[in-house]
Amino acid sequence: MTTVYVDNNATTRVAPEVLDEMLPYFSEYYGNPSSVHAFGGNVAKKIREAREKTAALVGASPEEIIFTSCGTESDNAAVRSALKSAPEKKHIITSAVEHPAVLNLCTALEKEGYRVTYVPVDTSGNFDFDYFTQSLSDDTALVTVMWANNETGVVFPVKDIAEKAAEKGIPFHTDAVQAVGKIPVDVRELPVNMLSLSGHKIHAPKGVGALYVKKGTRFHPFVVGGHQESGRRGGTENVASIIGLGKASELAVDHLPRVDTDVRHMRDYLENTLLETVSFSSINGNRERRLPNTVSIGFDAIEGESILMHIDYAGICASSGSACTSGSLEPSHVLRAMEVPFKSAHGSIRFSLSVYNTMEEMKYIAETLPPIIRKLRMMSPFWDRCNDKA
Amino acid sequence: MWEYSEKVKEHFMNPRNVGEIEDASAVGEKGSISCGDALKLYLQINDDGIIEDAKFMTFGCASAIASSSALTEMLKGLTLQEAEKITNDDIAEYLGGLPKEKMHCSVMGRQALEKALAAYRGEDLPEKEGEVVCECFDITDREIVKAVKENNLESTDDVTCFLKAGGGCGNCLEKIEDLIRTVKEKV
Repeated sequence: MTTVYVDNNATTRVAPEVLDEMLPYFSEYYGNPSSVHAFGGNVAKKIREAREKTAALVGASPEEIIFTSCGTESDNAAVRSALKSAPEKKHIITSAVEHPAVLNLCTALEKEGYRVTYVPVDTSGNFDFDYFTQSLSDDTALVTVMWANNETGVVFPVKDIAEKAAEKGIPFHTDAVQAVGKIPVDVRELPVNMLSLSGHKIHAPKGVGALYVKKGTRFHPFVVGGHQESGRRGGTENVASIIGLGKASELAVDHLPRVDTDVRHMRDYLENTLLETVSFSSINGNRERRLPNTVSIGFDAIEGESILMHIDYAGICASSGSACTSGSLEPSHVLRAMEVPFKSAHGSIRFSLSVYNTMEEMKYIAETLPPIIRKLRMMSPFWDRCNDKA
Repeated sequence: MWEYSEKVKEHFMNPRNVGEIEDASAVGEKGSISCGDALKLYLQINDDGIIEDAKFMTFGCASAIASSSALTEMLKGLTLQEAEKITNDDIAEYLGGLPKEKMHCSVMGRQALEKALAAYRGEDLPEKEGEVVCECFDITDREIVKAVKENNLESTDDVTCFLKAGGGCGNCLEKIEDLIRTVKEKV
């Protein structure tokens, strides 16, 4: 059975070109980039190139890029650094729908004595900008708000948020892990101080990420150690993966126009076909302000894990916003923050596409899903079977 | 994804006894749409007190559907006295085990059965008369004490796995801990 992979917001395949770039740096050119000898020095040169490519992806200068182990580390480094830079300030502003990398860090910081404002979203997942501006205070040390949401794909007005924070002289960090590679992300277009990105969401391997730190922004290292990354992140470089991230960044720049056309077209086809063929289905999130690759769709009266297991048997890999897949007992914090009704929140499925998907795959999903939904609904005590006759 | 036994997967993919029984002798309902799973159990009981037929309607994850299917299979042909003795462990065992975090699915089966049998006798169940401890999932102290005793639960995590109690906002975790301590002290 072939695998239809539509879970690219969870992780992506390593692009073949990326893997090719990486492979020699495991057992052929295994030198330490910090070494004096040319064998290591050549590796340092490749890392420099990777830094240039990663910087170019987000419109930064190479010296503004710090390689990290993942998006979560980038987020932690950014937030902790900003707090350390303003030790007298005890207030953080974030959103209610952040990735756990930021959200759970914020709840941990509350226990350390910080006050955190979780800016709410409306039922379409839109950031409450007025609430945000009213939350800004002289005590605010940092504003950290995601660029785009991983579950719904809803894009936040980061430019407006950044400008508002800058007006007040408050540093702004954005978790752009889901935005990079899917929509244009250019740090020159908004006053952002720090930006997190992750390799494995853009066809680089897992275990590598990057943090952009704007020139002039104070930075305190999160991982303290050697002089690597200009003293801003200790630890011998994850050489092959960094080289992979460089190549993936280059590819992402090339792929971006296709994400906006081909991927968007496939997503729209899948979304519209499902909405037409499955009654009592609804899209979670603002359809106009959304990543072009993501659809979160709720099916009334059934539960997400059951749907996922059925489609898994059909070779389709997707995610759910339901409780049962994660081991938690409530629907995702994102759907709850949006006040998605329980009847559809529990039955919400996320499909996230990449340039490697095909229209045939979308047709396959659109054909496979409706009978599964129907089967599960026919055994649901909350499904009014009269609905089926419509 | 969870590691389900082959039998759970098989019952999930091909559930037995799905549907309603018109003019059922007894119906037992447990769960709600906000809780994320719910089971409606229908029993047809003959004059000799034997369960002739059992059917179910379930909203929930794979293990909830498999547990419902298993329960209805187990019930058919049993006397009421035999049916009363079915525990959530029996349901889990029938399925070749359930992941611990999914034990609440088997408990839901057992609770729906209890409610059906009580309804058949025209009785009320005592559990709901207790004081609600977990507001998120509407679970009373009596239900928690019963589950702790019957399944020898040791921690709040255990209680959450078996009853969901404490798995929402978490505000009731301290109360649950007190209840566990009380049960253990009595033993």
